[in-house]
Amino acid sequence: MSDAKQIFIKDATLNAADGDQRAFIRKALGGYYVNRDLQKARYRDWERARDAASLAKWTAVNDLANQLEKFTANFERNGGIVHWARDSAEARAIILKIAADVNAKAIVKSKCMTSEEIHLNDALEKAGYGVVESDLGEFIQQLRGEPPYHFVFPCMHVKREAISELFTKHLGTAPTDSPEELTMIARRHLRQLYVDADIGITGANFLVAETGQISITENEGNARLTAALPRIHIALSGIEKVVNRLDDLAVLLPMLATAGAGQPMTCYNTLYAGPRKPGECDGPEQFHLVLLDNARTRLLADPEQRDALHCIRCGACLNVCPIFKNIGGLAYGTTYQGPIGSVITPHLRGLKQWNHLSSASSLCGACTDACPVRIDLHHHLLHNRRNAMKQSPSLFDRVFHAGFGFVMKRPALFALGGKVFRATLPLLKKLPLPYMSAWLKTRDLPVAPPKSFRDQWKDSAHG
Amino acid sequence: MRVSLFVPCFVDQLAPQVGLATAKVLKRLGHDVEFRAEQTCCGQPSFNSGQWDVAREGAIRALQVFRGAEVVVGPSGSCVAMIKKFYPELLKDTPHLAAAEDLAARTFEFSEFLVNQLGVTDVGAKFAKKVTYHDGCHALRELRLKEEPRQLLRAVKGLELIESEEGESCCGFGGLFSAKFPMISTAMVQVKGGALARTGADFVVSSDPSCLLQIGGWLSREGKPILPLHIAEVLAHDA
Repeated sequence: MSDAKQIFIKDATLNAADGDQRAFIRKALGGYYVNRDLQKARYRDWERARDAASLAKWTAVNDLANQLEKFTANFERNGGIVHWARDSAEARAIILKIAADVNAKAIVKSKCMTSEEIHLNDALEKAGYGVVESDLGEFIQQLRGEPPYHFVFPCMHVKREAISELFTKHLGTAPTDSPEELTMIARRHLRQLYVDADIGITGANFLVAETGQISITENEGNARLTAALPRIHIALSGIEKVVNRLDDLAVLLPMLATAGAGQPMTCYNTLYAGPRKPGECDGPEQFHLVLLDNARTRLLADPEQRDALHCIRCGACLNVCPIFKNIGGLAYGTTYQGPIGSVITPHLRGLKQWNHLSSASSLCGACTDACPVRIDLHHHLLHNRRNAMKQSPSLFDRVFHAGFGFVMKRPALFALGGKVFRATLPLLKKLPLPYMSAWLKTRDLPVAPPKSFRDQWKDSAHG
Repeated sequence: MRVSLFVPCFVDQLAPQVGLATAKVLKRLGHDVEFRAEQTCCGQPSFNSGQWDVAREGAIRALQVFRGAEVVVGPSGSCVAMIKKFYPELLKDTPHLAAAEDLAARTFEFSEFLVNQLGVTDVGAKFAKKVTYHDGCHALRELRLKEEPRQLLRAVKGLELIESEEGESCCGFGGLFSAKFPMISTAMVQVKGGALARTGADFVVSSDPSCLLQIGGWLSREGKPILPLHIAEVLAHDA
């Protein structure tokens, strides 16, 4: 069993038994369901909008090399500097080099899951830079020393009292249970940091090929300050974030907001095109963009699961996932939690270590129905399971299924096996059998009937 | 019409009354019902475990078993979804694809067959009880069946249908998932089973015997006063 799997089983088991925390998460998502449905109802046809959004991403992802070339040419024409990173280490090295070149000391960062993926904060802190998260949820998680719980709602699992205590401890503020006051505390603390920072690091929601702009979606205005106030702006993005046309955002931006957060539109949607130009009064002196592969091209090469690159990181699949809601986001041990994380993490970090996330699903399909860009999420979990079995089947699985297959092909043996199973079921229930005892710990099994269907059918007039 | 019964393996062994009730309703509607005894399991446990080679052999066997059947009807959204949706995927690069697609087109979940193929909603059943309905995920999302079972239940004399909270939530069965990740599966059935119990219904009815195994197993362990019942058993009830 992989280390990641052992940790997952331990954490997931603990969290699944924590009724209070589970209820808290369900309650936190309650308002989302109502608002999402209200906003979806405002679309003339949500399903056709999903088609359009999916097509926009499909078109870009299936022509990725050309669209990236077009995007970077336009981005550079706007005065930006493009850096290509094959993996996390290269991306970190590029960003550290920029920081050294511009003699930076303080760095402020807005929400960027790709930076979590490459463990950027650790690298910057080790190199002696002060890094502060400016998104409220990420700021709270940074103070807690914990990764994001949900890639859109990073601290959704933290109760208000805990946030107040955290601020008292780290910022010396008076305890309060007012969400507005808590927000103001963080805001007052962060304002000076934007002014003091030499570098602002952001993510990117979309890279618009035809204009060379990057599009950033946020609710707090912190990304705008992060991008605009420091003298250097570094954006970090996966290569799959490209869209061909500016018009594509007309469907993608509202769908991102509605599917992910139940909003008609996110509060701020900003397009950034290059550094400050001569005669302009604000904006950064330099605008760098780090484009990260980190196994995305490997996923691109897999026609069966390529659509996972359509993901716009809205988080809708997490919000509806019964696994996510019951084990929580931290148990996954991944940058991207929930169904999309279970699908792509084996591609990003290795199938052998991470296939257990694909197995830890009832395959209910709620995620696939929720996905605004129609990623075939729950079927990809099946594909990962199949690929993992091809790569390195466990001995237990091989023997179990070979035996099952053998019986399945022999109706007489199948009937006999069933008869023995029914006759010995009371005894089997008492034995420490692997699957049986796991079931019986929390659930009963029916009393086995004396006769199977096939026997009753044969005995009756039909046979 | 001559209907060939597709009886899921655990219905055969653990819930034979569901298969018998399915046959009873179909006969009451005037159809011939056959059971081809060479059938075993559809192969879904192996398919879901990633053992597609084993599942593929099961699928090819099923194609032979049901060859020539006019229609195949099964009382399980999950096992029918295996045939209708996943056999063609399993066999797509093999010479069996055409046969798989042909079988898929002739195979129906029980409520789907009654409502969408036969155009029947009132099967002449009487059942003066309060029931709530649980949508199995395969029926709901792979086969897109939601109204069909409800139309059938609403036409049952004396029956009161109560919808539950968490209506489209999974019960947490998921085949071997329920035993490989028992605590996650249990957390899921706590949510689902709790919502079903709160309806105050006498029975939780579903088109999926596997969901009923999970929900019923948990309800029984928790001592909740609501019993699992397959929709075929409700529709077979005429006294």
